[in-house]
Amino acid sequence: MLSDYDVIVVGGGHAGCEATAAAANMGLKVLLVTMNMNTIAQMSCNPAMGGVAKGQIVREIDAMGGYSGIVSDKTAVQFRMLNMSKGPAMWSPRVQSDRWLFAQEWRLMLEATKNVDFWQDTVVGILEEKGKVIGVKTSLGIEINSKAVILTNGTFLNGLIHIGDKNFGGGRAAERNSTGITEQLINLGFDHGRMKTGTPPRVDARSLDFSKMEEQKGDLKPSKFSFSNTEAIKKQLSCHITYTNPNTHDILREGLDRSPMFSGIIEGTGPRYCPSIEEKIERFSDRDRHQIFVEPEGWNTVEIYVNGFSTSLPLDVQLKAIKQIQGFENVKLFRPGYAIEYDYFPPTQLKHTLETKLIDNLYFAGQINGTTGYEEAGAQGLMAGINAALKIKEKEELVLQRDQAYIGVLIDDLITKGTKEPYRMFTSRAEYRILLRQDNADIRLTELSNNIGLASNERLAKVVEKQKQTDTLLEYLGNLSISPEEANPYLEKANTAPIKQKVKLYSLLSRPQISLNKLKDSADFESYDINLYDDEIVQQAEIRIKYQGYIEREKEMADKINRLEGIKIHSDFDYHKLKSLSSEAREKLSNIKPSSIGQASRISGVSPSDISVLLIHLGR
Amino acid sequence: MWKNEDTICAIATPGGSGAIGLVRISGTAAIAIANDLFEGKDLNKAKTQSLHFGNLKYKGEVIDEVLLSLFKAPHSYTGEDVVEFSCHGSSYILSELMEALLEKGARLAEGGEFTMRAFANGKMDLTQAEAVADLIASESKAAHDIAMNQMKGGFSKEIQALRQQLIDFAALVELELDFGEEDVEFADRDDLKALVNNLTEVIQSLIASFKSGNVIKNGIPTAIVGAPNVGKSTLLNALLKEDKAIVSNIAGTTRDSIEDVMQLGGMSFRFIDTAGIRETEDVVESIGIQRTFEKLEKAQIVLLLVDANNVDRKKLLQEIEEVKKRLHTEQELLLLLNKSDLATLDLGDIGITTISISALKQEGLSDLEEALKKIASRFLQAASGVTVSNVRHLNALKKSDEALQRVMHGLENQITGDFLAMDIRQALHDLGEITGKIDMDRDILGSIFSRFCIGK
Repeated sequence: MLSDYDVIVVGGGHAGCEATAAAANMGLKVLLVTMNMNTIAQMSCNPAMGGVAKGQIVREIDAMGGYSGIVSDKTAVQFRMLNMSKGPAMWSPRVQSDRWLFAQEWRLMLEATKNVDFWQDTVVGILEEKGKVIGVKTSLGIEINSKAVILTNGTFLNGLIHIGDKNFGGGRAAERNSTGITEQLINLGFDHGRMKTGTPPRVDARSLDFSKMEEQKGDLKPSKFSFSNTEAIKKQLSCHITYTNPNTHDILREGLDRSPMFSGIIEGTGPRYCPSIEEKIERFSDRDRHQIFVEPEGWNTVEIYVNGFSTSLPLDVQLKAIKQIQGFENVKLFRPGYAIEYDYFPPTQLKHTLETKLIDNLYFAGQINGTTGYEEAGAQGLMAGINAALKIKEKEELVLQRDQAYIGVLIDDLITKGTKEPYRMFTSRAEYRILLRQDNADIRLTELSNNIGLASNERLAKVVEKQKQTDTLLEYLGNLSISPEEANPYLEKANTAPIKQKVKLYSLLSRPQISLNKLKDSADFESYDINLYDDEIVQQAEIRIKYQGYIEREKEMADKINRLEGIKIHSDFDYHKLKSLSSEAREKLSNIKPSSIGQASRISGVSPSDISVLLIHLGR
Repeated sequence: MWKNEDTICAIATPGGSGAIGLVRISGTAAIAIANDLFEGKDLNKAKTQSLHFGNLKYKGEVIDEVLLSLFKAPHSYTGEDVVEFSCHGSSYILSELMEALLEKGARLAEGGEFTMRAFANGKMDLTQAEAVADLIASESKAAHDIAMNQMKGGFSKEIQALRQQLIDFAALVELELDFGEEDVEFADRDDLKALVNNLTEVIQSLIASFKSGNVIKNGIPTAIVGAPNVGKSTLLNALLKEDKAIVSNIAGTTRDSIEDVMQLGGMSFRFIDTAGIRETEDVVESIGIQRTFEKLEKAQIVLLLVDANNVDRKKLLQEIEEVKKRLHTEQELLLLLNKSDLATLDLGDIGITTISISALKQEGLSDLEEALKKIASRFLQAASGVTVSNVRHLNALKKSDEALQRVMHGLENQITGDFLAMDIRQALHDLGEITGKIDMDRDILGSIFSRFCIGK
């Protein structure tokens, strides 16, 4: 009935949308199948994109030519650059989004993308032939053929929603779940597991007393996510901060016996870093308050997201407890908080391309791999879309390395170490985080993406220009001598030692008190060429001067390890014939089938002596 | 193929004192490193497969005279540049040389690594390589056994505890980075400094324990000192003859620089500079006092031998004072009154353990042995707390110590946590090489999640 496609993407969340956009922009015919066309790119949880480590991922997606950054810029109601008091690797962009606009913008961008078709239906299984996927079948009984299938099912696979002792099937509040795919994949030999996540109640802003809360404003000079020519927002909304108190905790405690978390009804593992409010009061019982972020859901709606109050307690307990929060005395609930359990497939069953090891041309991305977060999902969708396209075009795969991108860390962690709780990115997971900064995501990735036909030539030209200008500025600063008379008035104001003889301006910039950006704006330096450069270039130059030592050191470390990444292991390598390996290593290596010595060395239970044994056998 | 850029080194002869000790280095920097330590021909100009005689010099001191064999890539066992030092087989000399090599930038070879490189560079066939793989596996088992033994001594536990402290420290730093937006209290910089100081103290005491760890492995360094002709050589011979299990000179080699070792009660006693003793017996009034003081410095046990027939009490007390001044508290001093068969002497209480012997007639030796055993058991007890006896471990500790120094420097200069974390990770990685645990991000995150309420 429907025509054949190159790629079918199952699911229209953040992973599915990025996968669709990437494959289509690489020239493939893509069909996005979603259960509900009205909920494409729905933000199921908090109305925000980015944050620490996640913001870097959005910048990377954008640098590769994905859409998340553009959509986030266009639909932001507030922008903040987090961690500005730390080094540049920690600066992390984050926006509050207008939930409706965000979903709408995504859908419009996909509609405007060549090669994308849509179909509203529930996929109930894949079509498979001789170990290769050849399409999907749907609940309407139709079969659609394709060369590749990308599953991005989110929380929908056998989704089970819990509120107190009540539970019912669903993929999201008020949406049906999806059955059939898990069972089929198990039959095909896949391992699966259960995970759990939760979300807080939504409330009516008109019922809140904001005067009793702290206001949290956006940045004075808001920046943006996309390296393309989107605009930074001009008008912003505020968030508010309030706290729970012992009264809130007492009421919550009374309801614990009816909590599905503690009564054992919920079997899935939840994330430790995103606990429900009842878990917080249980695990940290000595704390008499917890922070609550009161976040607007959009420009025009009165709906409020109560961040920090995720709960699956019975409705009556939720309402009674939330009323105890300062400013919430007269609160009206729009929607209750709930927990949701869903199926996932341990990601060690995937290759670095996110293709499954068991079934050719079948790709998994997003929560189906045990991750959490829009950004993590989007990143996987992007890479699955790219690699499905490359494989169909019979081109070499694209795998980002751990020193190239957080996306590389994310995927390598997943497929090498697996995950026991919903996996979220943290900067501490990246051993080369000084290299993986939000400011240089384009320098790291745009050319790579352009080479495979995704990031546009315009994007690449911008990156080349950025680097060229930065180099010119660095050269200028390196050659510019400055006399004590010229420098000292400024140095004195900046609280740093005066100079006695002419020095190169470059050398002054290594002082912590001296910032090139401030220098640029200072009247003392008006006559210099620094102010010919825009802020982004000045910042690049500054980072390269101030942090050169650290950056070089980390590069050296990465190069050392990369030699091991360069030694490839064939996927049908038989570890069982190597009697010199420890039995644990043999087991783990056979299971995970690392693609390189580097990856093998990151598998827990594989010791340095096992690696030596492998190296010998790989010989030449 | 994988290009090895590291230069590796290892002692190629079996442990213990032999006539000759062989140390091998292989890698791109092998010749340059050897040249740095070698006083003789400029090795950069040397031909492949050539032999050179000269001095081994480190920190301005001549450690030994050595015969050096040089092989240029690819004409060597590993196919890389290789230098082999043939030194005298004293464990002291060998460990000095290893320390020098490590400091010059070589690293310790893993088990079988020379052979692995040989295979990688096309010097071996697959069957040979298989054998090496087995060797590595069994060597790692041996290493494991050693680690298990050390665990009983508390070393491994200590490192684990240290690593946990470091992880908790890392967690405090990472907390600010990944969770700066959260409602948690961040660590006070002074607290962080105190923590680094604690860690540094433990690591440095472990590094210091390397010496006592070595003692257990190589024997307690024991010195016999005294005026010429008091019978030092006779005593030495008496002690060594008494003991059937002498680990000693191999026939046909000179006695020079071979240390005599005596086994007693499960402990080894290594007599320092025994050649010197024999020399001074033969060549009257030779080097004398200077040599004695050098010996005192290296010894853990000092046997001060005097001729009971020829004692001036006042002079003896002076001499004892002189020796005591040069000893630190952990060193043991025993006064031996020799030739007691010829004289009886009552010195009264002079504040040190005194034993009467006759080296010649072999009398009183059992008293001496009892005294030595007692000292050894005290020593064992003290050392069994926590000791490092493995050069690889020492190396890892030293590296993490350096990393922690950089962390301290960073704290003092108020650099932000992301840069501090680089060095903390380095230290964690180094300690992980001892404990075999390298995967740290999960440990760090685990520490954060268990201690702080994170998550909106």
